[in-house]
Amino acid sequence: MKNTLSYLALATMWILWAGQAHADITIGISLSQTGPSASLGIPQKNSLAYWPKEIAGQKLKLVVLDDASDPTSATKNVRRLITEDKVDIVLGSSSVAASIAMSEVASEGQTVQLAFSPIELPKGKGEWTYRIAQPVGLMAAAIVKRMQADKVKTLGFIGFADAYGETWLKELTPRVEAAGIKIVDIERFARSDTSVTGQVIKLIAAKPDAVFVAGAGTAAALPQTTLRERGFRKPVYQTHGAATKDLIRVGGKDVNGTILPAGPVLVAEQLEAGNPVRAAGLAYVSRYEQQYGADSRTQFGAHANDAALILQRIIPSALKKAQPGSAEFRRALKDALESEKDIVISHGVLNYSAADHFGFDQRGLALVRIDNGKWTLLK
Amino acid sequence: MDSTVALMLAQDGLVVGAIYILLALGLVLVFSITRVIFIPLGELVAFAGLSMVALQGGTMPQPIWLLLCLGALCAAVELVAFFKPPRDGRHLRNALAYAAYPCALWAVFAQLEQRQLPDALQVLLVLALVVPLGSMLYRLAFQPVAEASVLVLLIIAVGAHFVLLGVGLLLFSAEGFRAQPLWDARFNWGEQPVSGQSLLILAVTLSAIALLYGFFRRTLTGKALRAAAVCRRGAQLVGIGTERAGHWAFTLAAAIAGVCGILIAPLTTIYFDSGFLLGLKGFVGAIFGGLASYPGAAAGALLVGMLEAYASFEASAYKESIVFGMILPILLWRSLAAGKPHGDEA
Repeated sequence: MKNTLSYLALATMWILWAGQAHADITIGISLSQTGPSASLGIPQKNSLAYWPKEIAGQKLKLVVLDDASDPTSATKNVRRLITEDKVDIVLGSSSVAASIAMSEVASEGQTVQLAFSPIELPKGKGEWTYRIAQPVGLMAAAIVKRMQADKVKTLGFIGFADAYGETWLKELTPRVEAAGIKIVDIERFARSDTSVTGQVIKLIAAKPDAVFVAGAGTAAALPQTTLRERGFRKPVYQTHGAATKDLIRVGGKDVNGTILPAGPVLVAEQLEAGNPVRAAGLAYVSRYEQQYGADSRTQFGAHANDAALILQRIIPSALKKAQPGSAEFRRALKDALESEKDIVISHGVLNYSAADHFGFDQRGLALVRIDNGKWTLLK
Repeated sequence: MDSTVALMLAQDGLVVGAIYILLALGLVLVFSITRVIFIPLGELVAFAGLSMVALQGGTMPQPIWLLLCLGALCAAVELVAFFKPPRDGRHLRNALAYAAYPCALWAVFAQLEQRQLPDALQVLLVLALVVPLGSMLYRLAFQPVAEASVLVLLIIAVGAHFVLLGVGLLLFSAEGFRAQPLWDARFNWGEQPVSGQSLLILAVTLSAIALLYGFFRRTLTGKALRAAAVCRRGAQLVGIGTERAGHWAFTLAAAIAGVCGILIAPLTTIYFDSGFLLGLKGFVGAIFGGLASYPGAAAGALLVGMLEAYASFEASAYKESIVFGMILPILLWRSLAAGKPHGDEA
């Protein structure tokens, strides 16, 4: 009896060990499933369910960790993923700060990181980091062009007092100046603020032709509702961070007419029939909304889906050079990322190169307007 | 800044300050009676605000599940106490109450689902849901270690804060919500636009202060609580149970948090984690009163609100730094005023 038991135990261990050894490609994922960025991380986690079980005949093993929107935890997670789980590639994180923290460890461990957040890194850093979210500069250029068309001459800016708001201000300022638009007032607010009356009074006093709100999620509605409450009737522009259905839910009629740049996946149905992004976007959106209800799509969740689309392109070509679980394979993945042309994802078409780790172009962008609670694609 | 703008900001600061005043009073109340710095107070604010949103939408307020769980835990703890000699019938009665109340409330909510209720009833239901959470938290987390040092109690409070934060994410999801205003009127007072909701906040804050004052000055329970705050040992010697005093303190604080949550839910978007920062600002106000003086705490909280309003106009990028930076001169002033260093039990 005793012997049987130990054989059984040995057999189980062997199966488990063998299972591990043959779990072909290991993918480490760190997402902000809790904490302040949970509204980004949760749809991303949900979208992982639509991943294929295998790519190019190789089984995928996903190790998903939560970093609680905290850069320190993100660092710990990615360290664990690289040293203990021996992953071939890391994905994440959802928010800017956590993604930046991960990039440091990823390049130390010579493992490709696909960041779900448009992080800016200093020159010489982030050799192994590739973003699958649009750079803020691309978005800023599009919205400034729209402002010019709307004949805006003076602009008021109110943004988050964090990395997100700062990045927008930095990307927006040179572009509006080049377009002959003057920023007449710069204000900050925080996601948790109960009131932005002070900032809004000052904005209105500066008499701008339009106001630009650089906030994310539902919190971006507060400056706009306060502006409307205080009688500001001129255009308000928002960013892609605010492009969620929740902005409309909380902002109600006060956010009507708002123009913002977004990922094309938000308006996948309205894209032209010939656009390759349309098919990729619809494939994701229809599955997600079937499970989570109409209009439940977010740009953030789509990033997790897009990661699988990218892997389907790069894994087959990397497999020709090396076997998973080796440093050569990780290097091959990086080479494949840079050599593959026109990777179609639900957010656009990617062309990474050694110099460009964003890879996006105009196809990764949609300018949308809120019309009575619906997104309308502006052509 | 002209006088119109200054007045507008003053109005804004007054309304936000009123919320901080209530929270500061709640913190002082709990600290003076039980020596607990009740950090989870903020979470209760968020829970109340989000429950209000749920009721307005005709759905089951999510914290009922927390109430059911905490009720079951409390009942279990009381049962264990009952079976330990000497057997005390009170524990059995408590266990029954802890188990029965959440179930009864759940039944009420289940009956009311999908119905549009009058505002007053919604407010009462939210309070019926949130207020017992205070007492249950005390029973589970603080009563067993009521005699521990301030530091231990603080660590437990921080732990409770994290637990409630996680529960909040689980219950409410990561998105923010905003409630309908209770009083959707707008007035013009000279050039000043005044909203009904902000008048309501001021009126409720003033009456809450009056009620608390009356409670502590006029009722026997209130006087007993004050006695327990002045000297725990002395109060015990004359027959004032410090455990009961603790339950009262947490219940009152939870009621204050509930009122705050209901009041601010229509003003701004409430997230599951919005409460913490509100509580922290109330805490800065409470520090102003040395965590002991009610008028001091109220004055400090009002100052925080005003400072926030003017800082958001003058230098919005540094608003939070200005508000939290205020704690340093206050601490310096308090320690200079106190003259001698405080011990752990001060």
